[in-house]
Amino acid sequence: MSEREQILGRIREALRVAAPKPGLLSGPGQRVPAHEKRPTDFRPWLPAVGDSFDERAALFAKNSAELKTDFQLVANRNELQEKLLALAHAEGWKKIATHAGELTNYAFAVLGLAVVQTGGRYNLDELESSDAGITECDALVAQTGSVVVTTRSAGGRALSVLPPHHVVLARRDQLLRDLPAAFTALKQRYGSGYPSMMCLITGPSRTGDIERILVLGAHGPKKLTIFCM
Amino acid sequence: MKISLFIPCFIDACYPQVGISMVKVLERLGHQVDYPEDFTCCGQPAFNSGYWDEARAVAEKVLAMYRNAEIIVGVSGSCGAMMMTFYKELFHSTPLEAEAKAHAAKVWEFSDFLVTKLGVTDVGAKFPAKVTFHDGCHGLREVGLKKQPRALLAKVQGLELVEMDAAESCCGFGGTFSVKFPMISTAMGEVKCDSALKTSADYIVSCDSSCLMHIQGLADRQKKPLRTMHLAEVLAKQ
Amino acid sequence: MNTVAQTFKETARRMTRDLRHRSWIQSALGKYYVGRDEKKARFQNWQEARQAAAEIKWDAVNHLDKHLEEFVSKIEARGTKVFWASTGQQACDYIVNVAKKHRVRSIVKSKAMTGEEIHLAQALEKSGVEVVETDLGEYIVQLREEAPYHIVFPAMHLTRHEISDLFNKKLGSAPTDSPEELTMIARRTLRKKYCAADMGISGANFAVAETGMISLTTNEGNGRLSTSLPRIHVALIGIEKVLPTLDDLALFLPMLATAGAAQAVSCYNTFIAGPRQEGEPDGPNEFHVVLLDNGRTRLLADAEQRDTLHCIRCGACLNVCPIYKNIGGHTYGTTYMGPIGSVLTPHLRGLAEWKHLSFASSLCGACSEACPVKIDLHHHLLQNRRNAIRCKSPWWEKLIFKGFVILMNYPLLYRLGVKFGWLGQKFHGLVKGTRLDPMIAWTQSREAPPLALKTFKDYWRGRKS
Repeated sequence: MSEREQILGRIREALRVAAPKPGLLSGPGQRVPAHEKRPTDFRPWLPAVGDSFDERAALFAKNSAELKTDFQLVANRNELQEKLLALAHAEGWKKIATHAGELTNYAFAVLGLAVVQTGGRYNLDELESSDAGITECDALVAQTGSVVVTTRSAGGRALSVLPPHHVVLARRDQLLRDLPAAFTALKQRYGSGYPSMMCLITGPSRTGDIERILVLGAHGPKKLTIFCM
Repeated sequence: MKISLFIPCFIDACYPQVGISMVKVLERLGHQVDYPEDFTCCGQPAFNSGYWDEARAVAEKVLAMYRNAEIIVGVSGSCGAMMMTFYKELFHSTPLEAEAKAHAAKVWEFSDFLVTKLGVTDVGAKFPAKVTFHDGCHGLREVGLKKQPRALLAKVQGLELVEMDAAESCCGFGGTFSVKFPMISTAMGEVKCDSALKTSADYIVSCDSSCLMHIQGLADRQKKPLRTMHLAEVLAKQ
Repeated sequence: MNTVAQTFKETARRMTRDLRHRSWIQSALGKYYVGRDEKKARFQNWQEARQAAAEIKWDAVNHLDKHLEEFVSKIEARGTKVFWASTGQQACDYIVNVAKKHRVRSIVKSKAMTGEEIHLAQALEKSGVEVVETDLGEYIVQLREEAPYHIVFPAMHLTRHEISDLFNKKLGSAPTDSPEELTMIARRTLRKKYCAADMGISGANFAVAETGMISLTTNEGNGRLSTSLPRIHVALIGIEKVLPTLDDLALFLPMLATAGAAQAVSCYNTFIAGPRQEGEPDGPNEFHVVLLDNGRTRLLADAEQRDTLHCIRCGACLNVCPIYKNIGGHTYGTTYMGPIGSVLTPHLRGLAEWKHLSFASSLCGACSEACPVKIDLHHHLLQNRRNAIRCKSPWWEKLIFKGFVILMNYPLLYRLGVKFGWLGQKFHGLVKGTRLDPMIAWTQSREAPPLALKTFKDYWRGRKS
């Protein structure tokens, strides 16, 4: 018998005795009625989010400030161009990395800097030494201040995590309400064939491993900038 | 309402004034109390030490003793929790399971009984002192005592309640744990004493004499100026 | 008493007297409590969310075979190689062989408690491969050649000065007292390791059955880098990690972060569904998932404690445990420390040798209250105690409790006993604190309460007459 069959056999044998349902022994302060069937809608308990775009944008901005994400709403391409150029100038970017996409193509055209494209195979050292990684995304999540990226929407796995500054270009219709909405969107978009990596990025890389003091840029980007158009 | 009392063994033997105080308060409120004199112990020491058969032998007697009781009120959150929560586990899948459940439904901890069942917060007590309240773990987490004792203390004339840091942290007693792992138990007690001392309260008050026994024993040994008093004693003061 | 228990007691004695350690841990966790409560308050209903999470985990664990098969068939369909391991040894051997076959020389490892559990890094190092822990805390304790102090914060016990000295000694960096500078030293060192590594090893926080994905949570981004750059990725996953659907993550990711690290959601939640797919620019060519039993099916067979397999390794129970806070993470001598470790270890390593952990608890219940998936931790400690006594208990203790039953079940005897005790305590002073003191375990650090001359029973009798 294969190891797989042995383990599955042990599992089936073990499960012949039913386990008590959860929560039966909870103390009075923690007791809530058990559900008939396992719940599938978590919205009533998760942090609340308003439904209008303005409420979502306000919450995303509030979360971003807490997470030390630089979140900026931009009205149009001209404003995006202005802000990108200002950022590139302020940080002294010499080389950027990006992938092919409607917004990223525009950004790379206006910046006019040396560029590493991660569309196909690329040189890892070139990517590592880029000043910024500019990507698009699948969604923004107001509830948590997160960006959803996948290998398909954001130029592979490394682009959004290796350069020291991750710049996300998003459209306002991508700003979703909460995590349940984000997972629904991913299912709708990729249900027939998921990318090999999807990621919910929430703020720049961080650690608290030394004396529980927050330090940004532990391994991933030290900065995260989101332009929402 | 006819109330049957349960007085835990160590209260009977070491802290009778706590039980007496409870009787005084209940009678002051016009209730008739009864005490099955054969009650000794709920069985918790054996249960917590892993000796469930022995615990059951003691608990069976308790179930029989209170079979006809209408309502059972006790002066310990911990022993109350034993009867309310852990009896159900102890008698799970035994012929007495149903009786243990019925018994559990009749048991009340003193402060919870006053506030939740009787709706009384002012028992006419007067005690001019600054006190801090220690939430005994069993009372807090198994019985749900949090607001009740504080509501009662708030109505005691002249009493000032100051909350300590980590009031919900265990004092380190834990029954036989305190003698099996005295070093850990003592360290936990020290943390508790330190946070109580910081409030400069005159008394640590709690719903459990077992916690207070541990805190007082430790404070006395370390010559810390801490005094402890059971909530029932505070409520009996006039 | 066995040696493991003896060592535990001795270490606990030393640690509980270490006041510097005590205040260090209390203050390190102080910030966590504030943040956790603030994040919990953002939930519309934390208790309902806990109940839902517990029910979902219950569903997952109680239909484990079905969910595992679905997970495996989905993830295999996308080119992942799945290996089933009954024991830690089998898992280690498999991973060592994969490394050998691909001539792997260096490995970057993202934090995985399963790796600690089966001593994977040691097995790989023995075969001549370099393994670098990439989680900053893990990296620090790896350089110190010690075990993690905490499931989530492995280097919580160390000060910046100790870390600076360590980096100075091991990496040759200039001494600094800035946590930021120390983090950057590690960043620079580990960057090179990521880029050069042939293999990345990770655990998984969840395995999603519906879509055949693993979900990996990190804050530092080391999980992303370890699974993006090397040409091979191996994920070592306990079989209990399955969640039925992708949507379930919408509940579990915020709960894990809130309970575990006082965050609304962790920085990187990465869902990996296979090796690099057609048309993708990067990612590993090979992705191996190793499903680890290693005693889990034994625990599964214990219906009473089956919910222990709901654990999402958030560490919340450690953070609130007064025992953990006083003795520290190393004293346990286990992979999983704190309340969850005290419940789990006897199942994974044997009750006879590890039962002392279940007794080393005041049963305060703070752990059960903190657990985001409602594991009845302190009830399980009680059950472990019961099981331990059933297997083997010292004759004198058995005698004490036989005596206890007789004393308590014969009220007259009980009353007599109390009176004898009252008499006896008059002479207690003669032996108090000496080896002859029958109460030495109590009296060595505490005063004993005096027995009353007039008990409550006496009072009641007096009242009646």
